Amino acid sequence: MKIEIKNEEVRSEIIQRIEEISGENIYKCYQCGKCSAGCPSADEMDLLPNQVIRNLQIGKVDAVLNSRSIWVCATCYMCWIRCPRGVNLTSLFEACRLMTLRQNLDQVGLKEAIKESEEMDIPQIAIISLLRKLTS
Amino acid sequence: MEVSYFPGCTLKQTARNFEISAISSCKLLGLDLTELSRWNCCGTVYSLSTDDSMHHLAPIRNLIRVQEDGFKEVVTLCSMCYNTLKQANELMKKEPDRLKKMNDFMYREEDYIPDVEVYHLVTYIKERLGYEKVRELVKQPLTGLKVAVYYGCLLLRPDSIKLDDRENPMIMEDLLTALGAEIIDYPFSNECCGSYHTLGQKEIVLNRTNKLITEARRDGADVLVLSCPECDFNLDHRQKDTLEKYPNFQTMPVLYFTQLLNIALGGNLEDCGFELNYIDPLPVLREKGIIK
Repeated sequence: MKIEIKNEEVRSEIIQRIEEISGENIYKCYQCGKCSAGCPSADEMDLLPNQVIRNLQIGKVDAVLNSRSIWVCATCYMCWIRCPRGVNLTSLFEACRLMTLRQNLDQVGLKEAIKESEEMDIPQIAIISLLRKLTS
Repeated sequence: MEVSYFPGCTLKQTARNFEISAISSCKLLGLDLTELSRWNCCGTVYSLSTDDSMHHLAPIRNLIRVQEDGFKEVVTLCSMCYNTLKQANELMKKEPDRLKKMNDFMYREEDYIPDVEVYHLVTYIKERLGYEKVRELVKQPLTGLKVAVYYGCLLLRPDSIKLDDRENPMIMEDLLTALGAEIIDYPFSNECCGSYHTLGQKEIVLNRTNKLITEARRDGADVLVLSCPECDFNLDHRQKDTLEKYPNFQTMPVLYFTQLLNIALGGNLEDCGFELNYIDPLPVLREKGIIK
Protein backbone atom coordinates (compact mmCIF):
# COMPACT_ATOMS: atom_id res chain seq x y z
CA MET A 1 0.00 0.00 0.00
CA LYS A 2 1.30 3.43 -0.97
CA ILE A 3 1.24 5.98 1.84
CA GLU A 4 2.04 9.61 1.23
CA ILE A 5 3.77 11.26 4.14
CA LYS A 6 2.92 14.94 4.25
CA ASN A 7 5.10 17.47 5.96
CA GLU A 8 2.16 19.39 7.38
CA GLU A 9 0.68 16.25 8.94
CA VAL A 10 3.81 15.08 10.73
CA ARG A 11 4.02 16.60 14.22
CA SER A 12 0.68 18.33 13.62
CA GLU A 13 -0.89 20.26 16.44
CA ILE A 14 -3.18 17.37 17.35
CA ILE A 15 -0.28 14.91 17.51
CA GLN A 16 1.66 17.27 19.74
CA ARG A 17 -1.42 17.50 21.94
CA ILE A 18 -1.56 13.69 22.15
CA GLU A 19 2.09 13.64 23.21
CA GLU A 20 1.43 16.33 25.79
CA ILE A 21 -1.61 14.63 27.33
CA SER A 22 0.11 11.24 27.44
CA GLY A 23 3.45 12.65 28.53
CA GLU A 24 5.10 10.39 25.96
CA ASN A 25 7.50 10.94 23.06
CA ILE A 26 6.22 8.95 20.08
CA TYR A 27 9.62 8.98 18.38
CA LYS A 28 11.14 6.78 21.06
CA CYS A 29 9.45 3.79 19.38
CA TYR A 30 11.61 1.84 16.91
CA GLN A 31 8.85 -0.53 15.78
CA CYS A 32 10.02 -3.82 17.25
CA GLY A 33 6.40 -4.96 17.65
CA LYS A 34 6.65 -6.34 21.17
CA CYS A 35 3.57 -4.33 22.16
CA SER A 36 1.47 -6.02 19.48
CA ALA A 37 2.90 -9.44 20.29
CA GLY A 38 1.86 -9.15 23.93
CA CYS A 39 -1.40 -7.25 23.55
CA PRO A 40 -4.28 -9.55 24.58
CA SER A 41 -6.68 -7.41 22.55
CA ALA A 42 -4.67 -7.45 19.31
CA ASP A 43 -7.08 -10.00 17.78
CA GLU A 44 -9.93 -7.54 18.06
CA MET A 45 -8.02 -4.54 16.69
CA ASP A 46 -8.01 -3.06 13.19
CA LEU A 47 -4.67 -1.31 13.80
CA LEU A 48 -2.13 -3.20 15.90
CA PRO A 49 -0.60 -1.24 18.80
CA ASN A 50 2.71 -0.78 16.93
CA GLN A 51 0.75 0.43 13.89
CA VAL A 52 -1.06 2.96 16.07
CA ILE A 53 2.20 4.54 17.14
CA ARG A 54 3.68 4.26 13.62
CA ASN A 55 0.69 6.14 12.22
CA LEU A 56 1.22 8.86 14.81
CA GLN A 57 4.91 9.09 13.89
CA ILE A 58 4.12 9.64 10.21
CA GLY A 59 1.28 12.06 10.85
CA LYS A 60 -1.68 9.81 10.06
CA VAL A 61 -3.65 10.81 13.14
CA ASP A 62 -7.09 10.34 11.56
CA ALA A 63 -6.36 6.66 10.94
CA VAL A 64 -5.70 6.31 14.65
CA LEU A 65 -8.60 8.38 15.95
CA ASN A 66 -11.04 6.60 13.61
CA SER A 67 -9.71 3.16 14.49
CA ARG A 68 -11.56 0.57 16.54
CA SER A 69 -8.31 -0.24 18.33
CA ILE A 70 -8.26 2.72 20.69
CA TRP A 71 -11.71 1.74 22.01
CA VAL A 72 -10.88 -1.98 22.27
CA CYS A 73 -7.86 -1.33 24.50
CA ALA A 74 -8.91 -1.92 28.10
CA THR A 75 -5.74 -0.44 29.66
CA CYS A 76 -4.09 -3.68 30.76
CA TYR A 77 -0.61 -2.02 30.59
CA MET A 78 1.01 -5.03 28.88
CA CYS A 79 2.37 -2.95 25.93
CA TRP A 80 4.02 -0.45 28.23
CA ILE A 81 5.73 -2.91 30.57
CA ARG A 82 7.08 -5.03 27.72
CA CYS A 83 8.37 -2.13 25.61
CA PRO A 84 12.18 -2.25 25.45
CA ARG A 85 12.18 1.53 24.96
CA GLY A 86 9.79 2.13 27.85
CA VAL A 87 7.22 3.81 25.62
CA ASN A 88 4.02 4.31 27.57
CA LEU A 89 1.70 3.21 24.81
CA THR A 90 -1.06 2.71 27.40
CA SER A 91 -1.13 6.46 28.04
CA LEU A 92 -0.91 7.20 24.31
CA PHE A 93 -4.05 5.13 23.74
CA GLU A 94 -5.75 7.00 26.59
CA ALA A 95 -4.75 10.35 25.05
CA CYS A 96 -6.16 9.26 21.68
CA ARG A 97 -9.47 8.35 23.33
CA LEU A 98 -9.52 11.69 25.12
CA MET A 99 -9.10 13.60 21.84
CA THR A 100 -12.56 12.31 20.91
CA LEU A 101 -14.15 12.24 24.37
CA ARG A 102 -13.16 15.82 25.11
CA GLN A 103 -15.26 16.93 22.17
CA ASN A 104 -18.22 15.60 24.14
CA LEU A 105 -18.52 12.57 21.87
CA ASP A 106 -19.40 9.83 24.32
CA GLN A 107 -18.98 6.30 23.06
CA VAL A 108 -21.64 4.80 25.27
CA GLY A 109 -24.81 6.02 27.02
CA LEU A 110 -25.61 5.45 30.67
CA LYS A 111 -28.86 3.66 29.84
CA GLU A 112 -27.13 1.42 27.36
CA ALA A 113 -24.36 0.71 29.86
CA ILE A 114 -26.63 -0.38 32.66
CA LYS A 115 -29.30 -2.09 30.54
CA GLU A 116 -28.02 -5.54 31.42
CA SER A 117 -27.62 -4.69 35.11
CA GLU A 118 -31.32 -5.27 35.55
CA GLU A 119 -31.00 -8.90 34.51
CA MET A 120 -27.59 -9.74 35.92
CA ASP A 121 -25.58 -8.68 38.93
CA ILE A 122 -23.08 -6.60 37.02
CA PRO A 123 -20.26 -5.50 39.34
CA GLN A 124 -20.27 -1.78 40.09
CA ILE A 125 -16.65 -1.46 38.99
CA ALA A 126 -17.63 -2.64 35.48
CA ILE A 127 -20.24 0.10 35.12
CA ILE A 128 -18.05 2.85 36.55
CA SER A 129 -14.93 1.91 34.60
CA LEU A 130 -16.89 1.67 31.34
CA LEU A 131 -18.29 5.16 31.87
CA ARG A 132 -14.91 6.52 32.96
CA LYS A 133 -13.21 5.16 29.85
CA LEU A 134 -15.88 5.73 27.21
CA THR A 135 -17.60 8.96 28.23
CA SER A 136 -16.29 12.44 28.91
CA MET B 1 -3.71 -6.71 65.04
CA GLU B 2 -5.98 -3.91 63.80
CA VAL B 3 -5.66 -3.20 60.09
CA SER B 4 -7.28 -0.28 58.28
CA TYR B 5 -9.38 -1.65 55.44
CA PHE B 6 -10.85 -0.07 52.29
CA PRO B 7 -13.62 -2.29 50.84
CA GLY B 8 -14.79 -0.40 47.72
CA CYS B 9 -18.29 -0.53 46.25
CA THR B 10 -18.33 -3.93 44.60
CA LEU B 11 -17.37 -5.82 47.75
CA LYS B 12 -20.49 -4.42 49.37
CA GLN B 13 -22.69 -5.51 46.48
CA THR B 14 -22.01 -8.25 43.94
CA ALA B 15 -18.76 -9.47 45.51
CA ARG B 16 -19.93 -9.84 49.11
CA ASN B 17 -18.46 -13.34 49.07
CA PHE B 18 -15.01 -11.77 48.63
CA GLU B 19 -15.47 -9.46 51.60
CA ILE B 20 -17.03 -11.89 54.08
CA SER B 21 -14.48 -14.60 53.32
CA ALA B 22 -11.64 -12.09 53.72
CA ILE B 23 -12.91 -10.77 57.03
CA SER B 24 -13.45 -14.30 58.35
CA SER B 25 -10.06 -15.63 57.23
CA CYS B 26 -8.23 -12.54 58.49
CA LYS B 27 -9.83 -13.04 61.89
CA LEU B 28 -8.46 -16.59 61.90
CA LEU B 29 -5.04 -15.16 61.03
CA GLY B 30 -5.28 -12.69 63.90
CA LEU B 31 -5.85 -9.68 61.65
CA ASP B 32 -8.81 -7.46 62.44
CA LEU B 33 -9.87 -5.71 59.21
CA THR B 34 -11.24 -2.38 60.41
CA GLU B 35 -13.30 -0.69 57.73
CA LEU B 36 -12.54 3.02 57.27
CA SER B 37 -15.06 5.10 59.20
CA ARG B 38 -15.85 6.98 55.96
CA TRP B 39 -14.94 6.15 52.39
CA ASN B 40 -16.04 6.79 48.82
CA CYS B 41 -15.55 5.19 45.40
CA CYS B 42 -11.85 4.79 44.60
CA GLY B 43 -12.41 6.11 41.08
CA THR B 44 -12.08 2.57 39.66
CA VAL B 45 -9.62 3.44 36.90
CA TYR B 46 -6.49 5.51 37.30
CA SER B 47 -6.40 8.56 35.05
CA LEU B 48 -3.47 8.35 32.64
CA SER B 49 -3.48 11.87 31.28
CA THR B 50 -0.94 14.39 32.51
CA ASP B 51 -3.41 17.28 32.58
CA ASP B 52 -6.14 15.63 34.63
CA SER B 53 -6.09 16.02 38.40
CA MET B 54 -9.84 15.84 38.88
CA HIS B 55 -9.94 12.06 38.65
CA HIS B 56 -7.27 11.66 41.33
CA LEU B 57 -9.49 13.34 43.91
CA ALA B 58 -11.50 10.20 44.71
CA PRO B 59 -8.54 7.97 45.58
CA ILE B 60 -6.70 10.72 47.48
CA ARG B 61 -9.80 11.61 49.48
CA ASN B 62 -9.87 7.98 50.63
CA LEU B 63 -6.24 8.19 51.70
CA ILE B 64 -7.10 11.30 53.73
CA ARG B 65 -9.73 9.13 55.48
CA VAL B 66 -6.99 6.63 56.37
CA GLN B 67 -4.99 9.50 57.84
CA GLU B 68 -8.03 10.78 59.77
CA ASP B 69 -8.56 7.36 61.29
CA GLY B 70 -4.98 7.45 62.54
CA PHE B 71 -3.50 4.76 60.31
CA LYS B 72 -0.37 4.73 58.18
CA GLU B 73 -1.39 1.71 56.13
CA VAL B 74 -4.52 0.66 54.31
CA VAL B 75 -5.37 -2.78 52.97
CA THR B 76 -7.60 -3.41 49.96
CA LEU B 77 -8.88 -6.57 48.33
CA CYS B 78 -10.28 -5.54 44.96
CA SER B 79 -7.62 -5.28 42.25
CA MET B 80 -9.14 -2.17 40.72
CA CYS B 81 -9.28 -0.34 44.05
CA TYR B 82 -5.75 -1.44 44.84
CA ASN B 83 -4.39 -0.24 41.52
CA THR B 84 -6.18 3.11 41.55
CA LEU B 85 -5.40 3.96 45.19
CA LYS B 86 -1.78 2.89 44.89
CA GLN B 87 -1.06 4.60 41.56
CA ALA B 88 -2.64 7.85 42.77
CA ASN B 89 -0.64 7.61 46.00
CA GLU B 90 2.61 7.04 44.10
CA LEU B 91 1.84 10.09 41.94
CA MET B 92 1.36 12.25 45.04
CA LYS B 93 4.69 11.06 46.46
CA LYS B 94 6.44 11.86 43.19
CA GLU B 95 4.83 15.19 42.31
CA PRO B 96 4.61 17.68 45.20
CA ASP B 97 3.12 20.36 42.93
CA ARG B 98 0.28 18.08 42.01
CA LEU B 99 -0.23 17.18 45.68
CA LYS B 100 -0.44 20.86 46.59
CA LYS B 101 -3.01 21.44 43.88
CA MET B 102 -5.10 18.54 45.17
CA ASN B 103 -4.84 19.72 48.77
CA ASP B 104 -5.79 23.27 47.76
CA PHE B 105 -8.80 21.96 45.89
CA MET B 106 -9.96 19.89 48.86
CA TYR B 107 -9.46 22.81 51.23
CA ARG B 108 -12.15 21.59 53.62
CA GLU B 109 -10.25 18.38 54.21
CA GLU B 110 -7.07 18.07 56.22
CA ASP B 111 -4.00 18.11 53.95
CA TYR B 112 -2.88 14.77 52.61
CA ILE B 113 0.66 13.91 53.64
CA PRO B 114 1.67 11.14 51.28
CA ASP B 115 3.08 8.71 53.78
CA VAL B 116 0.16 6.29 53.84
CA GLU B 117 1.02 2.92 52.30
CA VAL B 118 -1.51 1.04 50.18
CA TYR B 119 -1.38 -2.75 50.51
CA HIS B 120 -3.13 -5.59 48.83
CA LEU B 121 -4.17 -8.18 51.40
CA VAL B 122 -1.96 -10.90 49.95
CA THR B 123 1.17 -8.72 50.31
CA TYR B 124 0.12 -7.73 53.81
CA ILE B 125 -0.23 -11.36 54.87
CA LYS B 126 3.12 -12.24 53.33
CA GLU B 127 5.03 -9.31 54.85
CA ARG B 128 3.36 -9.09 58.25
CA LEU B 129 2.68 -12.72 59.08
CA GLY B 130 4.75 -14.71 56.62
CA TYR B 131 3.53 -17.82 54.87
CA GLU B 132 5.21 -20.10 57.44
CA LYS B 133 2.87 -18.73 60.09
CA VAL B 134 -0.09 -19.22 57.72
CA ARG B 135 1.00 -22.83 57.16
CA GLU B 136 0.99 -23.43 60.92
CA LEU B 137 -2.57 -22.13 61.17
CA VAL B 138 -3.97 -24.41 58.45
CA LYS B 139 -6.64 -26.75 59.82
CA GLN B 140 -7.98 -28.19 56.58
CA PRO B 141 -5.21 -28.47 53.97
CA LEU B 142 -6.34 -28.09 50.35
CA THR B 143 -4.62 -31.37 49.51
CA GLY B 144 -5.25 -32.63 46.01
CA LEU B 145 -6.87 -29.43 44.78
CA LYS B 146 -5.25 -28.31 41.54
CA VAL B 147 -5.30 -24.54 41.34
CA ALA B 148 -4.57 -22.15 38.47
CA VAL B 149 -3.85 -18.66 39.79
CA TYR B 150 -5.09 -15.72 37.77
CA TYR B 151 -3.73 -12.26 38.61
CA GLY B 152 -5.09 -10.34 35.64
CA CYS B 153 -3.61 -6.91 34.97
CA LEU B 154 -4.05 -4.60 37.89
CA LEU B 155 -2.10 -6.40 40.59
CA LEU B 156 1.02 -6.60 38.42
CA ARG B 157 1.07 -3.55 36.21
CA PRO B 158 2.38 -0.91 35.94
CA ASP B 159 5.73 -1.35 37.70
CA SER B 160 5.01 1.25 40.38
CA ILE B 161 2.31 -0.94 41.96
CA LYS B 162 3.30 -4.52 41.15
CA LEU B 163 2.80 -7.11 43.90
CA ASP B 164 5.47 -9.37 42.52
CA ASP B 165 7.41 -10.14 39.34
CA ARG B 166 5.07 -8.98 36.59
CA GLU B 167 5.83 -11.85 34.19
CA ASN B 168 6.27 -14.69 36.65
CA PRO B 169 4.46 -13.78 39.84
CA MET B 170 4.50 -16.33 42.69
CA ILE B 171 3.06 -14.44 45.67
CA MET B 172 -0.43 -15.94 45.37
CA GLU B 173 0.91 -19.38 44.37
CA ASP B 174 3.13 -19.43 47.46
CA LEU B 175 0.18 -18.61 49.70
CA LEU B 176 -1.92 -21.39 48.16
CA THR B 177 0.99 -23.81 48.43
CA ALA B 178 1.17 -23.00 52.15
CA LEU B 179 -2.52 -23.92 52.29
CA GLY B 180 -1.71 -27.30 50.78
CA ALA B 181 -3.01 -26.76 47.26
CA GLU B 182 -1.24 -28.04 44.18
CA ILE B 183 -0.30 -25.20 41.82
CA ILE B 184 -0.73 -25.65 38.10
CA ASP B 185 1.62 -23.91 35.71
CA TYR B 186 -0.78 -21.50 34.01
CA PRO B 187 0.63 -19.34 31.21
CA PHE B 188 -2.27 -16.87 31.08
CA SER B 189 -2.09 -15.80 34.72
CA ASN B 190 -1.25 -12.18 33.84
CA GLU B 191 -3.49 -11.76 30.76
CA CYS B 192 -6.44 -9.36 30.60
CA CYS B 193 -10.01 -10.67 31.07
CA GLY B 194 -11.55 -7.95 28.88
CA SER B 195 -12.56 -5.86 31.88
CA TYR B 196 -15.40 -3.35 31.34
CA HIS B 197 -16.03 -4.56 27.80
CA THR B 198 -18.31 -7.07 29.51
CA LEU B 199 -20.84 -4.26 29.08
CA GLY B 200 -21.25 -3.13 25.49
CA GLN B 201 -18.68 -5.37 23.78
CA LYS B 202 -19.48 -8.65 25.52
CA GLU B 203 -18.10 -10.73 22.63
CA ILE B 204 -14.56 -9.65 23.56
CA VAL B 205 -15.03 -11.03 27.06
CA LEU B 206 -16.63 -14.27 25.90
CA ASN B 207 -13.67 -14.99 23.62
CA ARG B 208 -11.31 -14.20 26.47
CA THR B 209 -13.20 -16.35 28.99
CA ASN B 210 -13.24 -19.25 26.55
CA LYS B 211 -9.49 -18.93 26.03
CA LEU B 212 -8.55 -18.44 29.69
CA ILE B 213 -10.76 -21.15 31.19
CA THR B 214 -10.07 -23.67 28.42
CA GLU B 215 -6.33 -23.26 28.93
CA ALA B 216 -6.70 -23.75 32.69
CA ARG B 217 -8.66 -26.97 31.96
CA ARG B 218 -6.02 -28.16 29.53
CA ASP B 219 -3.33 -27.52 32.13
CA GLY B 220 -5.21 -29.76 34.55
CA ALA B 221 -6.64 -27.21 36.98
CA ASP B 222 -9.74 -28.00 39.07
CA VAL B 223 -10.41 -24.37 39.92
CA LEU B 224 -9.22 -20.89 38.98
CA VAL B 225 -8.35 -18.53 41.83
CA LEU B 226 -8.30 -14.73 41.59
CA SER B 227 -8.61 -11.45 43.48
CA CYS B 228 -10.70 -9.11 41.34
CA PRO B 229 -14.51 -8.80 41.23
CA GLU B 230 -14.33 -7.63 37.61
CA CYS B 231 -12.25 -10.64 36.51
CA ASP B 232 -14.50 -12.83 38.65
CA PHE B 233 -17.60 -11.62 36.86
CA ASN B 234 -16.05 -12.13 33.45
CA LEU B 235 -14.46 -15.50 34.16
CA ASP B 236 -17.20 -16.98 36.37
CA HIS B 237 -20.61 -15.45 35.61
CA ARG B 238 -19.85 -14.97 31.92
CA GLN B 239 -19.27 -18.72 31.57
CA LYS B 240 -23.03 -18.93 31.03
CA ASP B 241 -22.84 -16.84 27.84
CA THR B 242 -19.53 -18.43 26.87
CA LEU B 243 -21.19 -21.84 26.90
CA GLU B 244 -23.94 -20.52 24.62
CA LYS B 245 -21.36 -19.17 22.19
CA TYR B 246 -18.98 -22.15 22.37
CA PRO B 247 -21.04 -25.34 22.90
CA ASN B 248 -17.92 -27.44 23.60
CA PHE B 249 -16.76 -25.09 26.34
CA GLN B 250 -16.17 -26.82 29.67
CA THR B 251 -17.02 -24.79 32.74
CA MET B 252 -14.75 -24.42 35.77
CA PRO B 253 -15.36 -23.05 39.26
CA VAL B 254 -13.71 -19.67 39.90
CA LEU B 255 -12.98 -18.63 43.48
CA TYR B 256 -11.58 -15.68 45.36
CA PHE B 257 -8.32 -16.62 47.08
CA THR B 258 -9.92 -15.62 50.40
CA GLN B 259 -12.61 -18.27 49.98
CA LEU B 260 -9.96 -21.00 49.87
CA LEU B 261 -8.04 -19.31 52.66
CA ASN B 262 -11.13 -19.35 54.85
CA ILE B 263 -11.74 -23.05 54.25
CA ALA B 264 -8.10 -23.97 54.85
CA LEU B 265 -8.01 -22.04 58.12
CA GLY B 266 -11.08 -23.90 59.35
CA GLY B 267 -13.55 -21.01 58.91
CA ASN B 268 -17.28 -21.51 58.52
CA LEU B 269 -18.53 -22.49 55.10
CA GLU B 270 -21.23 -19.80 55.36
CA ASP B 271 -18.45 -17.21 55.53
CA CYS B 272 -17.29 -18.23 52.05
CA GLY B 273 -20.52 -16.96 50.47
CA PHE B 274 -20.39 -19.66 47.78
CA GLU B 275 -24.02 -18.92 46.85
CA LEU B 276 -22.67 -15.89 44.95
CA ASN B 277 -20.31 -17.98 42.80
CA TYR B 278 -21.93 -18.79 39.47
CA ILE B 279 -20.22 -22.14 38.82
CA ASP B 280 -20.71 -24.04 42.08
CA PRO B 281 -17.30 -24.94 43.57
CA LEU B 282 -18.80 -27.23 46.25
CA PRO B 283 -18.85 -30.46 44.19
CA VAL B 284 -15.10 -30.33 43.43
CA LEU B 285 -14.26 -29.34 47.01
CA ARG B 286 -16.35 -32.28 48.27
CA GLU B 287 -14.82 -34.65 45.78
CA LYS B 288 -11.35 -33.73 47.08
CA GLY B 289 -12.51 -34.25 50.65
CA ILE B 290 -11.78 -30.62 51.53
CA ILE B 291 -15.32 -29.97 52.74
CA LYS B 292 -17.99 -32.41 53.92
